[in-house]
Amino acid sequence: MEGLLTQPFLTALLFGAVTAGIPLLLAGLGEQISEKAGVLNIGIEGMMLFGAYTGFVAAYYSGSFGLGFLAGGLGGMLVASLVMLFCIRFGLNQIVIGIAVTLGFEGLTSLLHHFQFSRTYPRLSAAPTLAIPGLSEIPVLGPGLFQQNAMVYLAVALVVFMAWLFRNTYVGLNLEAAGSKPAALDAAGVDVLRTRACAVLSTGFLAGVGGAFMANVGAGIFVPFMTGGAGFIGIVLAMLARGRPIWVLLGAILFGVSLAMTTALQVAGVNIPTDVVQMLPFAMVMLVLVIFARHSVLPPALGLPYVRGDR
Amino acid sequence: MSEIEPPAMSSGISHAAPPVVAVRQVTKRFPGVLANDRISLEFRAGEVHVLLGENGAGKSTLIGILAGMQQPDEGEVLVDGRAVTIGSPRESLEYGIGTVFQHVLLVPSLSVIENLMLGGNWWQRLSRGPALARFRELSALLGVTIDPDAEVGRLSLGEQQQVEIMRALWRGEKVLILDEPTSMLTPQGVHDLGQVMRRLRDKGVALILITHKLMEAYEFGDRISVLRLGRVVGDIPPERLRSMSEAETTEAVIEMMFGSTAEHARDAETLVGRGRPVHRDRTVDRSAPPLLAVRDLETEATRGECPLRHVSFDLWPGEVLGIAGVDGNGQKHLAEVLAGQRAVAAGRIDLAGMDVTDDGVPARRRHGVRYVTDERLGEGTVGIFSVATNLVLKEIGTEPLWRRGWSDWGRIHEHARDQIERNDIRTPSEKTPVARLSGGNIQKVLLARELNTDARVAVFNKPTYGLDLQNTRIAHERIVTSADRGVAVVVVSTDLDELIQVSDRIGVMFQGRLAGIVENGPDVERRVGLLMTGAEAA
Ligand SMILES: Nc1ncnc2c1ncn2[C@@H]1O[C@H](COP(=O)(O)OP(=O)(O)OP(=O)(O)O)[C@@H](O)[C@H]1O
Ligand SMILES: [Mg+2]
Repeated sequence: MEGLLTQPFLTALLFGAVTAGIPLLLAGLGEQISEKAGVLNIGIEGMMLFGAYTGFVAAYYSGSFGLGFLAGGLGGMLVASLVMLFCIRFGLNQIVIGIAVTLGFEGLTSLLHHFQFSRTYPRLSAAPTLAIPGLSEIPVLGPGLFQQNAMVYLAVALVVFMAWLFRNTYVGLNLEAAGSKPAALDAAGVDVLRTRACAVLSTGFLAGVGGAFMANVGAGIFVPFMTGGAGFIGIVLAMLARGRPIWVLLGAILFGVSLAMTTALQVAGVNIPTDVVQMLPFAMVMLVLVIFARHSVLPPALGLPYVRGDR
Repeated sequence: MSEIEPPAMSSGISHAAPPVVAVRQVTKRFPGVLANDRISLEFRAGEVHVLLGENGAGKSTLIGILAGMQQPDEGEVLVDGRAVTIGSPRESLEYGIGTVFQHVLLVPSLSVIENLMLGGNWWQRLSRGPALARFRELSALLGVTIDPDAEVGRLSLGEQQQVEIMRALWRGEKVLILDEPTSMLTPQGVHDLGQVMRRLRDKGVALILITHKLMEAYEFGDRISVLRLGRVVGDIPPERLRSMSEAETTEAVIEMMFGSTAEHARDAETLVGRGRPVHRDRTVDRSAPPLLAVRDLETEATRGECPLRHVSFDLWPGEVLGIAGVDGNGQKHLAEVLAGQRAVAAGRIDLAGMDVTDDGVPARRRHGVRYVTDERLGEGTVGIFSVATNLVLKEIGTEPLWRRGWSDWGRIHEHARDQIERNDIRTPSEKTPVARLSGGNIQKVLLARELNTDARVAVFNKPTYGLDLQNTRIAHERIVTSADRGVAVVVVSTDLDELIQVSDRIGVMFQGRLAGIVENGPDVERRVGLLMTGAEAA
């Protein structure tokens, strides 16, 4: 085990943690918006996966990573619009629709991928990185944290932006009210369904970008089912974060590190069965749930459709 | 310069002014209920229009239609003489209609000031400065002292009601609807609200006031309309109202509300609580040991609620102790501590000589302690459960309605039908979710549940809020009857008249302390009033 604390190992671990953590962060932040507004968005896994697919296809044909993210976001939004239609407009059960959406898009992306690429898995060139002058020179931390794809910095900036949004804007108030007491929001003259619809679409966009990041930056290829539960980890992060974006970030770091650890340990050739190592992130999920789930505070109207005048 | 900006209005409004808002032949049905039956009413600028009517008469439904919360099945709504569709609360606000709803519609997790700002343009940043200025203006006007940054969920219901009133006044609407705005206010709060209503009226605002208190109707109203079973059954126009005395008005209204004078004249006086008080001449034997002895109770100051400080009193069997005071002075904690719902930090409670300080709700219930909360929705009832289930909510799982854990639905429903009949609960059926009932009828469910079983100590927190005259009277009578049977009763209320009606003694809560207890009798109002302001025991 003495090879573990070497510089290259630590750098790889950090870099890997960021790469693995960013999709979780985006999914978690996205889910947080929906949950704040009272929508339990179980379909986020499907949104990520479809975003990964559309993002990959766009980047593959255009060669532009920026277009890839955009297409990923739009793909996620497309899936979200289904959730919006069924859960918000028609008030159907959010859990049932969420599961249906996830299963549906797992199948659909596999099918589309099969038609398009048959059994080949074309690879993108390595994602461009943006070194932050000065900071990227620091040993270990520099190459680990500050020589990343631009989306990494954007995602972290989004944490700050969302924290500001929640506290200082009407958007923040409206989201909080939609999840806490939708009738009060309605009485104040704000359309509850529209607020929730916007929240769900934003969730779709962020989840889609997260999926595109996973495919284009993280893996460089698209593989069916590649999100592998990242959306669900995002749901856990959002539920434990009590509406605070900063907690989503911390959670994403924690899970990112444990995900990166699996690869890093294997690369370092540590003699632990790979099956055990690969269980690490999921053991982490359970551990975190056992420790913190008691403290999660969910919006009172979470999961409940709003019907005006119903009582 | 005045604080409230009403729309521009020419002065000298008279009864000839055209109605700002009117409904014509409006009908609204709910499953099993005809809530509004071809209602036609006109609301004029510069007029306080009072709507009266028994519980379930359809007042809140009509308000819901004007506020854009409900759509009428038939009939039309007119604003400034034009037929319009008020499709949402937003449209209602755009027509200049502001509403205080019967059940608080505030976001509990947001602060007071955030709740007041809710509804602004989403692309703008929150600007606290102007909002706080407006808040101070309205606080002064209403005589309210609330921290603008307090979380609304932590305020007492009375304070929440005041925030709700502020919100309706916030933008300076040309029509202001108040659905039972005074139910949680103290006499002073009611008085201040009355002043504000007059000022608005003089500026040409059209006000619609719903209340169950005839005194308020007479004092604040320019015009009175009475609803019964969804229909308008009577109307007293301003000219007539001005020429009538309070007693004449009362009599006229009661006749409209409850039917022919011949039958009910006898009751009219008692209904409004004048004449014979519910309280009968009976003496409480205070030489016997007290049934309930409370010593030096203290509670933790959780969530910014007012805690108890050194509360001590004795209560004898058959005695009714009224607890007066401005809402939010520790009454809630006192009631909850007595019910076993809240732990004490210090002090001791003895029930018939037995220490019950550490007993929880089930144990206290077994000892015969009953509790009616003032939060009828949420804490008191489970909205989506049926009336039948709510009537036995605290007995779930026990014999005879449950046998070995299995619900005996036949019996539960039979029990419910019996209670519905006896307590005049207006509901389409015992299986209707309780939240669908009108406010007063939910309160009846709560009272029926707690008064139904054998009690030794009963604690009522605002037992009659939202009840109409007749049901208030019935509830008062039942409270006193149970005292006559030997139950020791605590009644918490912000309505002093109510306490004078039913109590033997009246205690006053002030900042978590029991400022003093006075015997009910002549001059009690003055002495209670003194204690309420924090003066020493008179
Ligand atoms: N959303 C709803 N769904 C079903 N029934 C309803 C609904 N709203 C009102 N009702 C029914 O319509 C009738 C009138 O209710 P409403 O709330 O208008 O009475 P109210 O005059 O305001 O009574 P209270 O004085 O008790 O508040 C009641 O029987 C009530 O059960
Ligand atoms: Mg009502």
